[in-house]
Amino acid sequence: MIEIRRILTHVEDIHHEFGPVAAQPLRRGAIAAVLRNPFAGRYEPEILPMMDALGPVGLDMAQRLRAAMDVPAERIEGYGKGAIVGAAGELEHGALWHVPGGYAMRELLGWKGDRNAYAKGQGGEKKGQPANALAIVPSTKKVGPPGAALDVPLTHINASYVRSHFDAMEVRVPGAPAADEIVFILVMSTGPRVHARVAGLKAADIAQWDGLR
Amino acid sequence: MTSKIRKLIVQVDETRIEMGKPVDPPTRRALAMAVIENPFAGRYEENLDALISIGEELGGLLGDKCVAALGIAPADAQSYGKAAIVGEAGELEHAAAILHPKLGAPLRKAVEKGAALVPSSKKRGGLGTAIDVPLGHKDAAFVRSHFDAMEARVADAPRANEIVVAVVVTDSGRPLSRIGGLQANEIKGEDGLR
Repeated sequence: MIEIRRILTHVEDIHHEFGPVAAQPLRRGAIAAVLRNPFAGRYEPEILPMMDALGPVGLDMAQRLRAAMDVPAERIEGYGKGAIVGAAGELEHGALWHVPGGYAMRELLGWKGDRNAYAKGQGGEKKGQPANALAIVPSTKKVGPPGAALDVPLTHINASYVRSHFDAMEVRVPGAPAADEIVFILVMSTGPRVHARVAGLKAADIAQWDGLR
Repeated sequence: MTSKIRKLIVQVDETRIEMGKPVDPPTRRALAMAVIENPFAGRYEENLDALISIGEELGGLLGDKCVAALGIAPADAQSYGKAAIVGEAGELEHAAAILHPKLGAPLRKAVEKGAALVPSSKKRGGLGTAIDVPLGHKDAAFVRSHFDAMEARVADAPRANEIVVAVVVTDSGRPLSRIGGLQANEIKGEDGLR
């Protein structure tokens, strides 16, 4: 079921955006894996086996992305995910990425929740700060042609409302997805937008540890 | 460092399967890009020495980034290419000044040899403009299996007063090359051609 045709990693250092040069540049990374879509060209009612099969793919991608970014997991502060489905597939095929993609990064970054409960949509957290990667992993998906660009959202790994970490990365793979392919994407960043200054909840002020604030 | 770098980007593109056939070992192409300020934006400047020395600096920096991203010894690099996208307030000659006089020597050092011409492309463009960086074997330009191109693009660059400079280094040719011609194992690698 899993055929990985191509993998593209992208790492960028942002030194400034026409303001003061950052003492330490913001590092953002994306990894995109191009897989054959086993459901291309037909309506397949039973697609959940693919979600399970994607589990190890997600973990491998998360580890590769962290390695390409060349920072310890502790320095990852933002994350996001996405999928671009080729023309012979449907949006629902991209939705298969929600659990394996999200859980892969959360596990890499120290999430201690119950994977099975999370898969069933019952991933309630304990009180206090149980671990890192408490926040939902934001996502986008689309059906698109080869080279289609996807704006993948990024938010803080522990609290979705941290305003300085709302960001997005444009990700595209030249030549993919072909009609019978899907591009699965993970993105991570090491900090806030390079000149973040629109107030709101700061990462240092996270207090509720409920994944939101 | 004389160039003012706003962003530095490194990509690795690895192909494991092409047309349903396994590519073993996978082909890998690394792309490194710097988004820099164009010191001559908005005016005609006769002397482009500042851009020439920026090119020299970036040839080494971007070449080293590519080789590091591939995780290979410099000698194991197989093909290379370079390109530049000049923002609207600059001229094509600014790209030429970066790419041609001095970028090659430090790039060749990064890949250890490099007897062959470094193929190049250039254009003027706006934010998100894509450029296809041509690729050729680093020691013998006629190696047919290594003629290729890699698309380079930065979503938020070049601004009008910026230049995107791109270098690509690979550890392989095309995924399923099979159209004959000079093979990499047949080259002498002395004249840069065969």
